[in-house]
Amino acid sequence: MGLGTFFATKLDEAIGWARKYSIFQYPFVTACCGMEYMATACSHYDIDRFGAGLTRFSPRQADVLFVVGTISHKMAPVLKRVYDQMCEPKWVVAFGVCTCTGGFYDNYATVMGIDTIIPVDVYIPGCPPRPESVIDGLMKLQDRIAAGAQRY
Amino acid sequence: MAQRTTREMYLGEGSGTGSRHLQVNVGPQHPAMHGIIRILAELDGETVVRGDVEIGYLHRAFEKECEVGPYANAIPFTDRLNYVSPLINNFGYASAVEKLLGIDLTERCEYIRVIMSEISRICDHLTCIGASAMELGAVTVFLYMIKAREFLWELVEDVTGARLTISYGRVGGVKADLPEGFAAKMQRAFKETREVLDEVHRLLTGNRIFMDRMIGVGVLSAEDTVAYSITGPLLRAAGVGYDVRRAQPYWAYDRVEFEVPTQKGADNYARYLVRMAEMEQSMRIVERAFADIPGGPINVDFEGRPIDPAAYVDRGKQGKTDGLLLIPITLSPNLQGQNRAALERVNAADKRVVLPPKETTYGSIEGLMNHFMLLMDGYGIRPPIGEAYFPVEGANGELGFYVVSDGSDRPYRVRCRPPCLPPLAALHRMLEGGMVADVVPTFGSVNMIGGELDR
Amino acid sequence: MDGLRIIERLRERFATAIVETGSQCRDHTAVVDRAAVRQALEFCKTNPELSFDMLTDLTAVDYLKFPGREDRPRFEVVYHLYSLPHNHRVRLKVGVEEDDAVVPTAVGLWAIANWFEREVWDMFGIRFDGHPDLRRLLMYEEFEGHPLRKDYPINRRQPLIGPRN
Repeated sequence: MGLGTFFATKLDEAIGWARKYSIFQYPFVTACCGMEYMATACSHYDIDRFGAGLTRFSPRQADVLFVVGTISHKMAPVLKRVYDQMCEPKWVVAFGVCTCTGGFYDNYATVMGIDTIIPVDVYIPGCPPRPESVIDGLMKLQDRIAAGAQRY
Repeated sequence: MAQRTTREMYLGEGSGTGSRHLQVNVGPQHPAMHGIIRILAELDGETVVRGDVEIGYLHRAFEKECEVGPYANAIPFTDRLNYVSPLINNFGYASAVEKLLGIDLTERCEYIRVIMSEISRICDHLTCIGASAMELGAVTVFLYMIKAREFLWELVEDVTGARLTISYGRVGGVKADLPEGFAAKMQRAFKETREVLDEVHRLLTGNRIFMDRMIGVGVLSAEDTVAYSITGPLLRAAGVGYDVRRAQPYWAYDRVEFEVPTQKGADNYARYLVRMAEMEQSMRIVERAFADIPGGPINVDFEGRPIDPAAYVDRGKQGKTDGLLLIPITLSPNLQGQNRAALERVNAADKRVVLPPKETTYGSIEGLMNHFMLLMDGYGIRPPIGEAYFPVEGANGELGFYVVSDGSDRPYRVRCRPPCLPPLAALHRMLEGGMVADVVPTFGSVNMIGGELDR
Repeated sequence: MDGLRIIERLRERFATAIVETGSQCRDHTAVVDRAAVRQALEFCKTNPELSFDMLTDLTAVDYLKFPGREDRPRFEVVYHLYSLPHNHRVRLKVGVEEDDAVVPTAVGLWAIANWFEREVWDMFGIRFDGHPDLRRLLMYEEFEGHPLRKDYPINRRQPLIGPRN
């Protein structure tokens, strides 16, 4: 391994480490899961501990898109637009079973999983997921960020 | 060179001084719109001249989903209507079906429904005030309120097994009896909640900034409120003391004392005050109802030790059914509060709708048949042909379920009368004439809950 | 006022225009002829003894697959009225044929009827004559059909973007 490659690898690692603790998230909150998202974000569970406490309500300033709650066909173009507006590198978390697969809303109105529209990095199942599983999903996301793995 | 007007400076040569309205699109992905409402506002300077509210971004076909499954299948869907106070939805739907079937609840069940509904209502108001205060910049209030909600959710989790989507209501009763130690936990949770409310009162109620943003903003006169069929805190903030719990009491509401707080302002501040007062009233209702609840503490007194369900079934298979139905079984933790004594206390004695206790299902052929008759496709709960409308006081106003039955095991039509929809229909009236910055507190004060609004 | 007397009062006033009445589970219903529905609603609102000042709910039911109703109109528009001063309720219904699915609007009487009627149009495809702005309320403009009709399959999706089913 050349010296250059060595430094490039180490630099990537350092950047990955720094990124994983400075997650600027965009909560795309629509439905019930938003209540658990609030609970996770507030004092009891406190996602600030993971460096993910700061939400940015502008997609251009965010690196992680949290899709929280059912996405209907009426909402799908909005989600796609928001995703497209985010700068790279970007990650997507599907929060709750509706965003993962559509959940038990198998009907004319809902999208059967947001991965039919945009790529997803981490799936957090549950209807809605408990804060513990949200934090678990967040840590998995951090691992992916540190490893530089993306799906966009 | 002629002096340019400010308007020309921003909008270019030739825009002149003549007024031109500006269309601003707020939402659907705007944090203050809670993600799912779009307001097309027409602005004259900073004044909203016209607002067109568009909804439907969270339409999940609740009413259609109810039609394709048996009656009990709709209960999880009702959880997700108003997901901040799901218990009220559960019980409201169950009561509409009970009305159709003509079932009388046990008294203990009525009290449990009252207690759990009021806890739900507190959670709803906490979230509403917390979120709208946060949107005005008071993040502290939000953190405090969610902290209090967390204590209440622990209580809900103890009773129902879940924090949010609880599916605790059943046609004919509730899933399980209250757990042991409920009273002590309730007192602790209420103590915390009262402290939080006290702190929030000190932070907000007399706060100059908060009052300036809220008083006189988002006013909707009492006449308009009635014309738009708005019920709940918004109507009471306009001075009309209508509350379904008082006007047409259901469950045990005619047996507990409470006040219906009203205000005269009809503005955002009045709505805030009404919600704060209602939370205190709800806690009093719960305490009062818990003092009066019949059946007392849950005490399971029986002869001999409870036996394992598998051993129980074995005895049944071997024909040793003599006295078997009198022996209790050890229930797994997720069936807590569902032993025979507890289940009979909280469910109507009606084999058409209520699942038999597990002891009966395991220990007798009649119980097993009863169990399957309620769960098999094509059987289950079968109300007579007809229709019934049952209103309850949801956290946002009158929540009604209109159920039409064709005599089969599936509801022919379930209509949810959403308490959120009328305030949203009137939202443009509250916004027009106000400043664009006032869109945020006004929208916060109507407490839009997407699941219930769009269904 | 007792529900039965409300129905009686409506019968006195509208005679044959009240097609059918019924009482079930403490709810009282009057089925009104479509031609008289506007007057009946106005009477309910303005008569001081009734004074139904709230249109609690307005919805519709599609009776396409309801056993034993083949000879009757396919839809019924259902009004739930409530009176604040008298604390009483009543339910009015109007039969609507499929090939002539139009009902006079109630927007002039209760402001809330605007959105409720838009929702019924969206979900059932019943038009409201005289409605100022009859657009879809919940679904998007590109959506074809009316999802709460019994002949609309629950999972027929019409996505705006992404794969079709």
